Amino acid sequence: MTFASIIIQLLNGLAAAASLFLVSAGLSLIFGVTRIVNFAHGSLYMLGLYGAYTLIQALGRTPLGFWSAVVLAALLVGLAGVLIEVLVLRRIYRAPELFQLLATFAVVLVIKDIALFVWGAEDLVGPRAPGLSMAVEILGKRIPAYDLLLIAIGPVVLGVMWLLLTRTRWGALVRAATQDREMVGALGVDQAKLFTSVFFVGSVLAGLGGALQIPREPANLDLDLAVIADAFVITVVGGLGSIGGAFLAAIIIGVAKAFCIGIGTVTWFGFEISFSKLTLVVEFLIMAVVLVARPYGLLGKPQALQRLAADPAPPLTAPSWKIALVWVVLLLAVPLVADRYVTILLTDIVCFALFAVSLHFIMGPAGMVSFGHAAYFGLGAYAAGLLFKSAGLPMEAALLLAPLCAGAFAVVYGWFCVRLSGVYLAMLTLAFAQISWSVVFQWDSLTGGSNGVFGIWPSAWLADKTTYYYLALACCGTGIALLWRVLFSPFGFVLRAGRDSPLRAEAIGIDLRGFQWAAFVLVGALAGLAGSVYAFSKGSISPSTISIGQSTDGLIMVLLGGVETLTGPVAGAAIYTWLRDVVARHTDFWRAVMGGVILLIVLLFPQGLVGGLKALFLRWKEQRA
Amino acid sequence: MLTRNQLLAGATAVAVLSMFGPAGAQAPIKIGELNSYKMFPAFLEPYKKGIELAVEEVNAAGGALGRKIEIVSRDDNGNPGDAVRVAEELLSREQVSFLIGTFPSHVGLAVADFAKQRKVLFIAAEPLTDKLVWDAGNAYTFRLRTSTYMQTAMLIPDAAKLKKKRWAIVYPNYEYGQSATAAFKKLLKEKQPDVEFVVEQAPPLGKIDAGAVAQALADAKPDAIFSSLFGADLAKFVREGQTRGLFKGVEVFNLLAGEPEYLDPLKEEAPVGWYVTGYPWSEIKTPEHTKFLAAYQAKFKDYPRLGSVVGYATVMSAVETIKKAGSLDQAKLIAAASGLKLMTPFGMIEFRPIDHQSTMGAYVGRIGVKDGKGYMKDWRFVDGKVALPTDAEVLKMRPKN
Repeated sequence: MTFASIIIQLLNGLAAAASLFLVSAGLSLIFGVTRIVNFAHGSLYMLGLYGAYTLIQALGRTPLGFWSAVVLAALLVGLAGVLIEVLVLRRIYRAPELFQLLATFAVVLVIKDIALFVWGAEDLVGPRAPGLSMAVEILGKRIPAYDLLLIAIGPVVLGVMWLLLTRTRWGALVRAATQDREMVGALGVDQAKLFTSVFFVGSVLAGLGGALQIPREPANLDLDLAVIADAFVITVVGGLGSIGGAFLAAIIIGVAKAFCIGIGTVTWFGFEISFSKLTLVVEFLIMAVVLVARPYGLLGKPQALQRLAADPAPPLTAPSWKIALVWVVLLLAVPLVADRYVTILLTDIVCFALFAVSLHFIMGPAGMVSFGHAAYFGLGAYAAGLLFKSAGLPMEAALLLAPLCAGAFAVVYGWFCVRLSGVYLAMLTLAFAQISWSVVFQWDSLTGGSNGVFGIWPSAWLADKTTYYYLALACCGTGIALLWRVLFSPFGFVLRAGRDSPLRAEAIGIDLRGFQWAAFVLVGALAGLAGSVYAFSKGSISPSTISIGQSTDGLIMVLLGGVETLTGPVAGAAIYTWLRDVVARHTDFWRAVMGGVILLIVLLFPQGLVGGLKALFLRWKEQRA
Repeated sequence: MLTRNQLLAGATAVAVLSMFGPAGAQAPIKIGELNSYKMFPAFLEPYKKGIELAVEEVNAAGGALGRKIEIVSRDDNGNPGDAVRVAEELLSREQVSFLIGTFPSHVGLAVADFAKQRKVLFIAAEPLTDKLVWDAGNAYTFRLRTSTYMQTAMLIPDAAKLKKKRWAIVYPNYEYGQSATAAFKKLLKEKQPDVEFVVEQAPPLGKIDAGAVAQALADAKPDAIFSSLFGADLAKFVREGQTRGLFKGVEVFNLLAGEPEYLDPLKEEAPVGWYVTGYPWSEIKTPEHTKFLAAYQAKFKDYPRLGSVVGYATVMSAVETIKKAGSLDQAKLIAAASGLKLMTPFGMIEFRPIDHQSTMGAYVGRIGVKDGKGYMKDWRFVDGKVALPTDAEVLKMRPKN
């Protein structure tokens, strides 16, 4: 790269960082005050683009029309955010931690289908900014004038936010609530109003980030998920709740990407390295490095000890042998009475049940939320496929060895992860999952790249779907039973002690990290078993088994069933898989319907389905007594 | 318990229906169709309309084997795991005769392998990957759409004629972009051994940093660019490239960019002079296309996209296969599909016995702008037959059994 191209790529990176910063700043603000992992933040960004597109058409392609459309779109998105907060989130603030994530996930589904319905499937290419459509020549190279404006907007917004947060009463309240929101409430501040206003400001920032992109990016339906991952990464790299950190992180990541592209392909010691392909994962690499070196992000502070918004999780109750036996008999009997497809669907459900239970083990009782649990599921699936197809092992051996491979990865990833806590830990698991995903996605010669591996079918004696269902039931059932058994062993109690009171646990001589690490490896191996059984039931695997989508599915299953119950994740896996199957068959707008159903469950059963039913049952029993 | 009861209720209903349902001559022939409708709606909404039109026409003409036909569609979520599950559902619960559809390469390959395992016919509609009929081809899988290799090969004569030495390449980083790039480099090198590929950019699908990519390409000072971008990536690349003057004095070749799905959103900014493959729907005057166009516009009050043609031709291929086989027996269906000839809006095509690839062609031309809209000018139709490698090469790639 010449000096001129270095400068230009630097400017490119800064321009790309501007919108990312706006979105991340909003996300950071909302998380800081409400502790909500707002999955729908990307959808708000997408609405910003669509809104700006429509408004510019209505107001005309003049400078005044363009800029009022941008501002108006941002404000409207702010109102959409308020709507989400008032209608949905306000009702579930006292639900168990992370439950709000489920609600915002449902909102993502609904918004996506609304956008499809309103704006149609075709990409909408917005106009260039009137008056700024030309390029400016710098060092003999041309850069769009609009990009230079964006570069200036970032610091301006940062400055405005800083003034708002440090020089106004509202800002003081936000900062206070970020540190200790119980105390703010106790001092007589109307929390509901504060939360709503924070949601408004956060959403306006997301909408503005989107609307400002309209000359650079067509409005399309993939923007929501494309931007949300980046926004989370930036928020965490910068340090949660730190706007300045988000600014710094956005710039680092934007510029790093631009330079990866600028450097292109280089040859080192005879190896060709394509930095251009690295753009697939560079932000997650940066996040992993930052989190390992600085466990609270670049400018974040250790989280103040949170008083829990919700009551601490009740102790788990062991399942009764009788009920478990009835279920086993019922499940064994299904193929005798139901049609072939029920067996196939149940095989899926059984795999996902073990996946969800293993995730629940780590995020519930062990208190370490994983956003990247698909890593172990997917690596287990790939290990099974590759041991069978490339290494030529018998299918049975591959099936049983695969969990060990997934466990081996968990040994490495877990060692780093247990050094962190809270959302930082969750995001580090996501970073490892994404790094695994990108390696699988790129390593064509070993993993088949984006195509995946196919032709991995079970041995002849297992080829029949009913037989395979019994195998899946045996493998995954054993896995689930093992995890549940462990929860009631001393090891399980140690983990819960570590979650509820890490200081006391360590004071009585428990090597908490060691136990947590062991828990990571255990659930990694069992998620790998689920993946391995899944792979052979499908005959093929693709990188999507390691993707963010798969990890999210796991979280949804656990939360839907109830994170504070033992059997919840199994119920969640069953209902989510079954719902998706049924809803998708009956309506074109299945995503919106799914979202609606999940929202309904969220509002009716804030402890998840099983948790809610259990509470109802207890109340009924009390009334009778 | 909800789950099980519902499942059992469903299962019972199916069992009862299959007992009392009208078996025999009156029941329609069911064909299972799966696609990533929510993942790629821009292509697949018109595709679905094409399917509806074909079904209507076929049934108005009396169906096949004296029975009406029915397409049972499912969304595969763009995910091979889900695709295999819905394929199972179509076969075992809906009792479809065979499978058609799919869009992304990895889903197409997974379903093809599934079809091989279950020994049922699968007519892949859109997946472009060359592996589907070559490296990973199997006896049960047929493919309608002009593949990546074929479309790339169709651009090669123009590319070689220009005698440009320094080529830059940009492609979405997954199967389609990778194989388009590999095919282009190989084929151009054969025609023009002194060609140099000076820079290669592989942005992630849907997430191109267009400004940085355009700059990186410009820095390499290419004489020409080969791109396989589409959708939002293409729109961003076009705008940044134009603003930054990347395309000045540089010839650009872009697969798929002439398809209305991807060309129309660009409106007046459609890049004039680019060499593309696509579908100039308003200018094709062959009788078969005129008839299709009229019927489509009458039914939907909208013009067809390329997806419409693919959906329409897929159903027609399925129906002609059934007619030729004279039965729904898998062995007979597969024998019938192999070497099947039929008329499509793009003219006669044949599913080649050697590799089960159809000879459907594509339109090659250059982009122009008229009345604030992009269109294809100086286009010509290239028959798929001429864009395929020799039989010997195909046999070498395709597994024997």
